[in-house]
Amino acid sequence: MTEPGISRHVTDTDWDVTRSVPATLDGRHDAPVMTRVVPHTDRQAPELRHDQSIACLVTNGLNAYFGDRHAVRDVSLGLDLKSVTAIIGPSGCGKSTLLRCLNRMHETVPGARTTGSVTLDGERLYGDGTSAIAVRRHIGMVFQRPTPFPTMSIRDNVAAGLRTRGAGMPSRSDIDAIVQDALRRAALWDEVKDRLGTGAIALSGGQQQRLCIARALATNPRVLLLDEPTASLDPASTQHIEELVYELRSTVTVGIVTHNMQQAARVSDRTAFMLDGELIEVAPTNTLFTSPRDTRTESYITGRFG
Amino acid sequence: MVTLTYLAAVLATLPLIFILFHIAKLGAHSINFDLFTRMPQPVGEPGGGMANAITGTLILIGIAASVGVPIGVGAGLYLAEHRNSPLANTVRFLSDVLNGIPSIVMGIFAWELLVRPVGHFSALSGGIALGAMTIPLVTRTTEEMIKLVPNALREAALALGYQRWRTSLVVVLRTAMPGIVTGALVAIARISGETAPLLFTAFGNQFWSTSLKQPIAALPLQIFNYAISPYDEWHSLAWAGALVLIGIVLVISIAARLATRQRFGAVID
Repeated sequence: MTEPGISRHVTDTDWDVTRSVPATLDGRHDAPVMTRVVPHTDRQAPELRHDQSIACLVTNGLNAYFGDRHAVRDVSLGLDLKSVTAIIGPSGCGKSTLLRCLNRMHETVPGARTTGSVTLDGERLYGDGTSAIAVRRHIGMVFQRPTPFPTMSIRDNVAAGLRTRGAGMPSRSDIDAIVQDALRRAALWDEVKDRLGTGAIALSGGQQQRLCIARALATNPRVLLLDEPTASLDPASTQHIEELVYELRSTVTVGIVTHNMQQAARVSDRTAFMLDGELIEVAPTNTLFTSPRDTRTESYITGRFG
Repeated sequence: MVTLTYLAAVLATLPLIFILFHIAKLGAHSINFDLFTRMPQPVGEPGGGMANAITGTLILIGIAASVGVPIGVGAGLYLAEHRNSPLANTVRFLSDVLNGIPSIVMGIFAWELLVRPVGHFSALSGGIALGAMTIPLVTRTTEEMIKLVPNALREAALALGYQRWRTSLVVVLRTAMPGIVTGALVAIARISGETAPLLFTAFGNQFWSTSLKQPIAALPLQIFNYAISPYDEWHSLAWAGALVLIGIVLVISIAARLATRQRFGAVID
């Protein structure tokens, strides 16, 4: 493709839209997003973003295994408060597994286990007496493919997480308010407000994914984890979700796994690069994509492998 | 080849068409209001119906469903959620064996369990014999239907902070529900015409009885008794009873068809 290392927007081979548009920088999906992202990432002071004290979700020496397979190796990473942290890397590098350790979903796979620590605002997620159920109520997750509950209406889908909160179900009017708020935050309200009682399965793929984001937000989590949330969506829906993620950083800490470097560049404040289960480098997004310290990072972002 | 498969498809439906046509021809003229509301009459007296047998069959179906469906659904849920545990494999195998057990043996089992200790025949023992026959059918359909639920839905529920049991009940079971209901109804349709398990359990009863502790009349038994009798009125009543029995099975089958339509027209992908 183009000369490596010139700009993060033209070196990527992973981005479907730009591949079909000859002049990438003028590509219709890239241009508007770039103008918005660049000032933002420039605004970040790198020293501040590295400061561990404001990190909301922190892993320390985290290892994850599937049986004998060592999928995540000694990762220490912080997801900062009210910011978006992207985790990138080639397929099979352990980035999804790492994400799934953060809300204890990893252990739902038979034979899977973890060592090391994960803390949420200083509280140990893997400590004695901390239940995985409680952890997941504070740390929401959205998956690669949209997963609306097919038997439930749009409204019931969004409210699905509320009924798990121990202290009884909120009143009907409270639920309506929570549902509306969550759908607004997920930028879906205007499209579905007239058909909240209809089945969620009738929505388009992109709408279903935003519904899943709304469902995760309804319980007011402190952290939202997104595992390749746009991998199964078309470019227009992808852009919609990316704009949404960008908005969400003001209210919730976001961790997003993607193997689309363009996406990481557009939506995240910090980016972590993983390879073979190891965390190679983590830096403010702008820095990581323009002047990576590690040669492996540079090789990856310039499209030499992966 | 295509012609042969066409032929086979037509041949597959022929027995049903012949049976329906034949029974309708011989039984339809005895179908009237009295059949459903009146009791059997002694030989020689005109009229009379099969009210006791129709009610008895419905009661037996009710008992069978309330015994077999909960156990079958529970076992199916267990098999689907613990696919390869040793217990699951054992249960799956035994359930298949149970499915192949002749229905008369199921009757002997219920007799041994409920009739002999009590000392007399009862509706309950008949219902339980029929219910035991539905268990393997419901178990396996439930398991198959639950396996169709995408794992991603389970993960989504767990990620929302659902406990495992709540995930199974609220998300997995509900998503698979139309298929499970269909399976249960098909199983009930299968056993509603069974005669052999009732021979020494429900036994049959010439009089009106809805007591679970007493012998109870049932359409298949009544049809058998009338059919082997030498009287023409009873013969035509037997045909009419057969038609009613087929009608019950048909209604259950149609209900099963309707149940497969999901509430939101959803299809599990």
